[in-house]
Amino acid sequence: MAVEVPFLPRALPLRLGKLLGRWGGSVWEYAPALVLLAALVGLWELMVGVLDTRPYILPAPSAIWDALIDKGHLLPNHIQATATEAVLGLLAAAGGGVLLAVLIASIPLARRVLYPIIVTSQTVPAIVLAPLLMVWVGIGLESKLIVVALVGFFPIVVSTVDGLASADRDMVALVRSMGASRLEELRHVLIPSAIPGFFAGLKIAAAYSVIGAVIAEWVAAKEGLGIFIIRSQASFRIDQIFVAIAVIALLSIALFVAVHLLARVASPWKYANDQGENGS
Amino acid sequence: MSEAAVAIHGLRHTFPGSRPVEVLDGVDLEAAPGAFVSLVGPSGCGKSTLLQVLAGLLAPDAGEALIEGQSTVGEPGLAAYMPQKDLLLPWRKAIGNAVLGAEIAGEPKAEARQHALDLFERFGLAGFEESWPSQLSGGMRQRLALLRTFLIPRHVLLLDEPFGALDAITRREMHQWLQEVWASDARTVLFVTHDVEEALILSDVAYVMTPRPARMAARFEVDYPRPRRPEIVTEPEFVADKARLLAALDGASSE
Ligand SMILES: Nc1ncnc2c1ncn2[C@@H]1O[C@H](COP(=O)(O)OP(=O)(O)O)[C@@H](O)[C@H]1O
Ligand SMILES: [Mg+2]
Repeated sequence: MAVEVPFLPRALPLRLGKLLGRWGGSVWEYAPALVLLAALVGLWELMVGVLDTRPYILPAPSAIWDALIDKGHLLPNHIQATATEAVLGLLAAAGGGVLLAVLIASIPLARRVLYPIIVTSQTVPAIVLAPLLMVWVGIGLESKLIVVALVGFFPIVVSTVDGLASADRDMVALVRSMGASRLEELRHVLIPSAIPGFFAGLKIAAAYSVIGAVIAEWVAAKEGLGIFIIRSQASFRIDQIFVAIAVIALLSIALFVAVHLLARVASPWKYANDQGENGS
Repeated sequence: MSEAAVAIHGLRHTFPGSRPVEVLDGVDLEAAPGAFVSLVGPSGCGKSTLLQVLAGLLAPDAGEALIEGQSTVGEPGLAAYMPQKDLLLPWRKAIGNAVLGAEIAGEPKAEARQHALDLFERFGLAGFEESWPSQLSGGMRQRLALLRTFLIPRHVLLLDEPFGALDAITRREMHQWLQEVWASDARTVLFVTHDVEEALILSDVAYVMTPRPARMAARFEVDYPRPRRPEIVTEPEFVADKARLLAALDGASSE
């Protein structure tokens, strides 16, 4: 049943429900996960109490909560910096990833030349790359974007290439019989076929993008959750580090869910037949 | 005599591979402008292969295939081609699928769309313009694929078993309906089927093909008056013609 929400147009909550689909339709599915999480946090609180751990080794959840209340006002700026880096880096990864995927899928030579290089690029850990980038492009936004993009473009390239390759040969032949050019084949058949693969890759990239940004900030930055962690560590505020961890987790999940929703909007034909299940 | 809309001379093709498949063994065919021509042959004899050559998708080993005098080798887009599978694009709504060919042929979008919308009723698709292909029944998908083919601005239609996947009742309806649509259109149709009755009901000319490797076994002129009602299948003349066509098919098979 649709719930009337004051101040919102009626259609909005309904639309959101449709958009969220299985996510929104069955919050109950996630109840066991939440219960388990709560139990673990409870156990943690209990153990810290019983064992009487030092707070600079392992603080209790309640102490972490206190740290959040105490230092929470510092967070918005850091969160904004990290989120900006993550989102812009993700966009760069998506743009570059799709471009590379199209090249690889349509030019055999590009496949042979680029694929090995792309795979090799993934063997260089971000934590090694970040300091080099600081030297080359400075400690500004650019170096963080590059780290996030380098972490994110790989899954996007791989799954978009797979998506392009999964296109129905007969559909390509059909549009060719209509006199379509290579570019029109790409536009009408190959790219739409690759949309699900692209989003599968983008989801993975989204899940790692915040971590990518944090690692880059770690090396050098003026603002961001990475810098917040470094400063907390320097002053032995382990509780603050845990606050940062929780914020990073929430940010990553938020980005992941955002990509999931975007995928739904971008491929409406996939959800054409389950309106009845979630619509009301 | 005017130039043939479709002309095929000595067409040969073998699919290469570790076990090469010889499919076409010197096929000849001609279709006059505006004629409805059927190609009847057993499954696997090479009917779809022949249409792919005419659609410009497959280069034959030898022989020529001409649409309105122009060779189709390496030249797709000369005829409107409907493959055996409906191949609707799942990411386009019914109306989007209908205009695909017209769009690629360079027709202005708004115009193509209006033209298509006007025809949805005729093709029994009224009310489903904004549906996704996955929401349509088998018969509707087939009609939509046919509509898409009709909207391609070409004089020759190549239809590969357009009703092959339909049940007998829907098929009979489609025969009536296709005759109407074709009569108002004056385009040349090359219609592939393995159903002898279907060929007789619809065609001006029916070609019978041999099993693989295919040649033409026989050519029949079918001149019953039009429109041809479904009841025609019980008339003595029809029954006799059907027997002759079947005999040609069987004769070709037992060679
Ligand atoms: N791409 C291909 N490669 C190899 N063999 C093929 C290919 N396409 C079709 N064939 C074979 O050629 C023969 C004729 O196929 P087809 O033209 O589809 O027959 P029909 O449409 O008359 O049923 C079949 O034996 C089929 O297996
Ligand atoms: Mg066939």
